[in-house]
Amino acid sequence: MFSDYTMNELGAIFAMQGFAGLILFSVFVLMALGLAIIFGQMGVINMAHGEFMILGAYVTYLTSNLFADYLPSVFGLYFFVAMILAFIASGALGLFVEWVMIRHLYKRPLDTLLATWGLSLILQQVYRSVFGAREVGVSIPDWMMGSLPMTDMIEVPINGIFVMVLATGISLAVYFMMYRSSWGLQVRAISQNRMMADAVGINTAWTDRLTFGIGCGVAGVAGSAFTMIGSTGPTAGQLYIVDTFLVVVFGGAASLLGTIASAFSISQAQSIMEFFLSGSMAKVLTLLTVVGILMIRPQGLFTLKLRK
Amino acid sequence: MTDRKSPKTTIRQMPEPSRRAFMAGSAAMTAALFAPKTLFAADYPTEAVNTTGLAVTDDTVTIGILHSVTGTMAISETGSVQAEKLAIEQINAQGGILGRKIEYIQEDGASDWPTFAEKSRKLLVNDKVASVMGCWTSASRKAVLPVFEQFNGMLYYPTFYEGLEQSPNVIYTGQEATQQIIAGLDWVSETKGAKTFYLLGSDYIWPRTSNKIARKHIENFLDGAKVVGEDYYPLGHTQFNSVINKIRLRKPDVIYAIVVGGSNVAFYKQLKAAGIDMTKEAPLVLTISVTEDEIRGIGGENIDGAYACMKYFQSLDSPNNIAFVQAFKDMYGEDMVIGDVTQAAYLGPWLWKAAVEKAGSFDVDKVREAQIGVELTNAPEGYVKVHENHHLWSKTRVGLAKADGQYEVVFETADLVEPDPFPEGYQ
Repeated sequence: MFSDYTMNELGAIFAMQGFAGLILFSVFVLMALGLAIIFGQMGVINMAHGEFMILGAYVTYLTSNLFADYLPSVFGLYFFVAMILAFIASGALGLFVEWVMIRHLYKRPLDTLLATWGLSLILQQVYRSVFGAREVGVSIPDWMMGSLPMTDMIEVPINGIFVMVLATGISLAVYFMMYRSSWGLQVRAISQNRMMADAVGINTAWTDRLTFGIGCGVAGVAGSAFTMIGSTGPTAGQLYIVDTFLVVVFGGAASLLGTIASAFSISQAQSIMEFFLSGSMAKVLTLLTVVGILMIRPQGLFTLKLRK
Repeated sequence: MTDRKSPKTTIRQMPEPSRRAFMAGSAAMTAALFAPKTLFAADYPTEAVNTTGLAVTDDTVTIGILHSVTGTMAISETGSVQAEKLAIEQINAQGGILGRKIEYIQEDGASDWPTFAEKSRKLLVNDKVASVMGCWTSASRKAVLPVFEQFNGMLYYPTFYEGLEQSPNVIYTGQEATQQIIAGLDWVSETKGAKTFYLLGSDYIWPRTSNKIARKHIENFLDGAKVVGEDYYPLGHTQFNSVINKIRLRKPDVIYAIVVGGSNVAFYKQLKAAGIDMTKEAPLVLTISVTEDEIRGIGGENIDGAYACMKYFQSLDSPNNIAFVQAFKDMYGEDMVIGDVTQAAYLGPWLWKAAVEKAGSFDVDKVREAQIGVELTNAPEGYVKVHENHHLWSKTRVGLAKADGQYEVVFETADLVEPDPFPEGYQ
């Protein structure tokens, strides 16, 4: 396995693969954070998560066109504006969806699966009607493409660094909202005991709506960031949904730390195996391992300790 | 021109003058692409040209269009539907087939293979269509094949595909694998001196079969060349950093990429982000899966400098093609792009028309017999001819991707390449 390479090359491989793993880790964290809030805290199985991400991607596409047409001088900065707009758009859609559909289904968690899957089909068709069936090309500012050469062998893609910084930033933001704000306290209270939370005067309906909206908004930001690395088309959201659920479920549904730990272990395992095995085999082995661990530990890696 | 809406009625009442007027009026649109023939429905009585109960009347003939306009594959199949409708409209403007106007029934396969089978059954059994233009993925073709063979339908299939198939009920208007692959590999070996190849693909039948043929050709027929790596990723895979690291380590002369769908976009964006500048051709990227359609999603600036090997590029500089591109844009808008498969789909109705007129009949058995040897002298891609194995003789070309999303044709085979769906020595 290693005999084909010199020591020098092996060192470079591990450095670059480690970095590829970190990028994958950041991508997983970005994908999963929104779902971790919605599924983890509210128990809503949101099958339309990918479509909320793609809404963010389309908002980025529109913003890039807008900047190219009207503000070409600051085109390099449009991405930051696009991410904010993506958060607002996906978040607003999330609030609306919660009000129309989700809030009627809190007592029937399995029905949310069907309802949100239907929603994902509706959204896909809406994107197809509005933006066309073909993928759209989002032009990325030049400074975000290309790579930083570290040594002769090792090069680090800039968009990878960008995704990593973004993932760290959003994780911190979510952490502070969850564990350092009164909203976070209310969300956690509701997820532990809805009736008691109601009884002590927490506006559970509004907290739910806000939680769903914020989760969707984070998904939108992720979708916006993914225009750098993936495609933007009506059905592109489907590419992410399996990995997203995998990360959240494996990490333990109600735990933010669990999501991050699970994203880390899955991404590292996968990128190391991808290097030495074929891509499809790496995926198979990753899934098998995750399934195996979940059979032994169905609650996921991390769980809240509760008195039942 | 006053009778433009129902030209056939006019033709039978007062044949000569108004038919001429009609054709003169439509000449601008068809741009004299295919020389109109003067055939009258009256010379071909319906009971003589249709002995098997197909949907043929005294002035119309009905065919089916069966593609996905919803679901994942809608991205790719939309162009084929547009091309087929354009061809039908042009044929009708010239007076139709055997004096009959083509009408079509369009069904949606919805990117779901059982749906394709069900819809093809509906088209053949309920609608009794005379032929079907349709399918895109091999999976959908395999799903409808038993239906077409059972009910003796005729399918015109537009996609380049892996070969290993020859049905009496299908005419393959795209290239099979050896036509597309071998000429490109020979070209890159001869003109670029490539010795080492890294094969990469999405994980399903077409990339795997194509890479198998490519590997055999590289190892057995190219002097001193070898394959230094081969990798497959699941459909929809979006993270290629690991394989890019592997490629960087093995330092191949050529990355031979058969990545499809959304993965394509991710692959080329990440290749560029990883600092591999394709215009420097070290390594050179050669693909058989990226047409102008896909570049719209990838972004021209992300694939600038890669080479693609197929039979048709929109930039082809011939009068036939310029007229075709213009007609396509007139019908669907200036920002349309036309890929290899779109052009192949456009050939379907024309090939069928030529066979029907040669046979003097719509009967599927007679059309099938007449189809062999049918040639189109002014197809957008140039001269094509139907081989007795139901595939087309066609040239293979290599295009260099430009930042504006178009290819510049840098090579074309001197002769037509013979289709060989069951290649000896490549199994």
